[in-house]
Amino acid sequence: MAFQRGSMRNKAGARSEQISWMRRFEDHLFTALAVAAVLLVLLPLAAIFADLLKRGIGSINWAFLTRTPAPVGVPGGGMANAILGSGVILGIASAIGVPLGIGAGVFLSEYGRNRFGDAIRFTADVLNGVPSIVIGIVAYSLVVLRQRHFSALAGGVALGIMMVPTITRATEEMLLLVPVSVREAALGLGISRWRTTVSVTLRTSAAGIITGIMLAFARVAGETAPLLFTAFGSQFWSSNINQPIAALPLQIFVYAISPYDEWHRQAWAGALVLIALIVGTIAVVRLVASRGMMKGTA
Amino acid sequence: MPMGGPPPPPPQRAPELARFRMRTGSRLPDETFRYAMIACGLSVAVVLGLIFYELVVNSRLSLHQFGWRFFVSQTWDPVNDHFGALPFIYGTIVSSIVALVLAVPLGVGVALFITEMCPQRLRGILSFSTELLAAIPSVIYGLWAIFVLVPILRLYIEPGLMRYFGWTGLFEGPPYGIGMLAAGIVLAIMVVPIISSLTREVLSAVPRNQREAALALGSTRWEMIRIGVLRNARAGILGAVILGLGRALGETMAVTMVIGNRPEIAKSLLAPGYTMASVIANEFTEATGRLYLSALVEIGLALFLVTIVVNALARLLVWSVTRGLPARVHAQ
Repeated sequence: MAFQRGSMRNKAGARSEQISWMRRFEDHLFTALAVAAVLLVLLPLAAIFADLLKRGIGSINWAFLTRTPAPVGVPGGGMANAILGSGVILGIASAIGVPLGIGAGVFLSEYGRNRFGDAIRFTADVLNGVPSIVIGIVAYSLVVLRQRHFSALAGGVALGIMMVPTITRATEEMLLLVPVSVREAALGLGISRWRTTVSVTLRTSAAGIITGIMLAFARVAGETAPLLFTAFGSQFWSSNINQPIAALPLQIFVYAISPYDEWHRQAWAGALVLIALIVGTIAVVRLVASRGMMKGTA
Repeated sequence: MPMGGPPPPPPQRAPELARFRMRTGSRLPDETFRYAMIACGLSVAVVLGLIFYELVVNSRLSLHQFGWRFFVSQTWDPVNDHFGALPFIYGTIVSSIVALVLAVPLGVGVALFITEMCPQRLRGILSFSTELLAAIPSVIYGLWAIFVLVPILRLYIEPGLMRYFGWTGLFEGPPYGIGMLAAGIVLAIMVVPIISSLTREVLSAVPRNQREAALALGSTRWEMIRIGVLRNARAGILGAVILGLGRALGETMAVTMVIGNRPEIAKSLLAPGYTMASVIANEFTEATGRLYLSALVEIGLALFLVTIVVNALARLLVWSVTRGLPARVHAQ
């Protein structure tokens, strides 16, 4: 008995007499602290999801999903235009971010095994850390100032820039998983190098790259700060990329800091829709990733 | 692909490329593709350069007008065109410090639990949970903080802090709920997943034999972690913490929603404050006058430069531990 209690997880089989009570106490203390840390971190997570469900679900109805916002004091109204707007902005962002990101990833894995590649890799990591609000300023001066008004395009540019580094690194990681022998086999058949990269290497790792793209998508879908002075927001139904446009996160922000109870309710409902979109994306990614070769990438 | 064309001239690049080229007829498509991909890679650097250029150009007015005084002056007076960023810098630093004080033990604790203590079955669930925490958008954290966290702080936590720790001077004044402390707590929740996921990456890069050696000497599990794991990983963990700091410094929406947005320097954490990112978010669209806008862009420039340095430092530290090890990528 004494032997078992004292042996702890010690594979060397130390006896209880050799482990003083101080050391045993210390061991238990830190285990308890680690468990406490886990619980403290899970607490807000559980609280946030519970509150989102509790306060959001009641305000989600057909009108919320199909109507545009009602003026203050008028009951009803919804966020249909914001959902559409988020779709438009994210579409523009993907059109910019996905090709650039994949291209940069191909460069890093196929041509970037050198100092120049290291520098680009480092740059991508640094770009990943640039605050989103700063990217908003740059999209403002690049697009809004030229167009002379806020626009969906400007918002899309801002989010597109933010997608690039994530997709780049994901693509690189996935391409590196493709064995060199596969490339050599293709080249050995007389297929040119570019064709090998496109039709063999990229195709082999397509699932993983799509995973990376969806994670980048989920990340920018909830971005608000760079949209404040690019897409700007709008109360109207619009899909014109040259005009200011509503976006789900933006609408949540405006409603959350407003003084009206009705708008607070709508903010919670909007937040629930947004989180459902994001968690849904991640769940799909996990599902795909857990099947076979892409394990551990999500 | 056509074969049997004239053999290409002797290649000057790496020998592996030479082997690849043997059978191809024309090099033109290959070269085009290669340059296209290099262009994509370069675009990453170009974007970073462009960000810097645009920020400098658009803040020129303020840079000329105020010089270094911009960063030490406390007046933020748009009406009279006097701009000083010190209250915002102070707010950014203090809220980030509060966040790190709370998030570092939690993040490292979670990472240790997942990599060193956790039963295999729980591991997947826990890492998925921290991943979810990272996926919640900033604006939703802000929403939750306004309506759930702030009332709790105002009614229960802040009065308690005032009673027991009021003597430190850090918890004085009316407990509004909103303020530095609220911002710090929200930031901490947002930073924990970053610190814990990077710490996990670093911890799993520590060679197994370090752990086995510690155990073979008869150490308890905690001693094994302290001697065998933490000591080897400390540079990387520091990197993870600094990366979390980078995120906290630039975080905008959640902070803007709960910090109170008052450009004052107060010692008390219960007092409202203002951060660099929040002032840009709140005032950018309302900035009338070119100097006002330029001052806001200069704050953005400062934020950009600080986060670049912080991120670069963090990356180097993390690489110093994981370098050479195929952490997640098993190349070749």
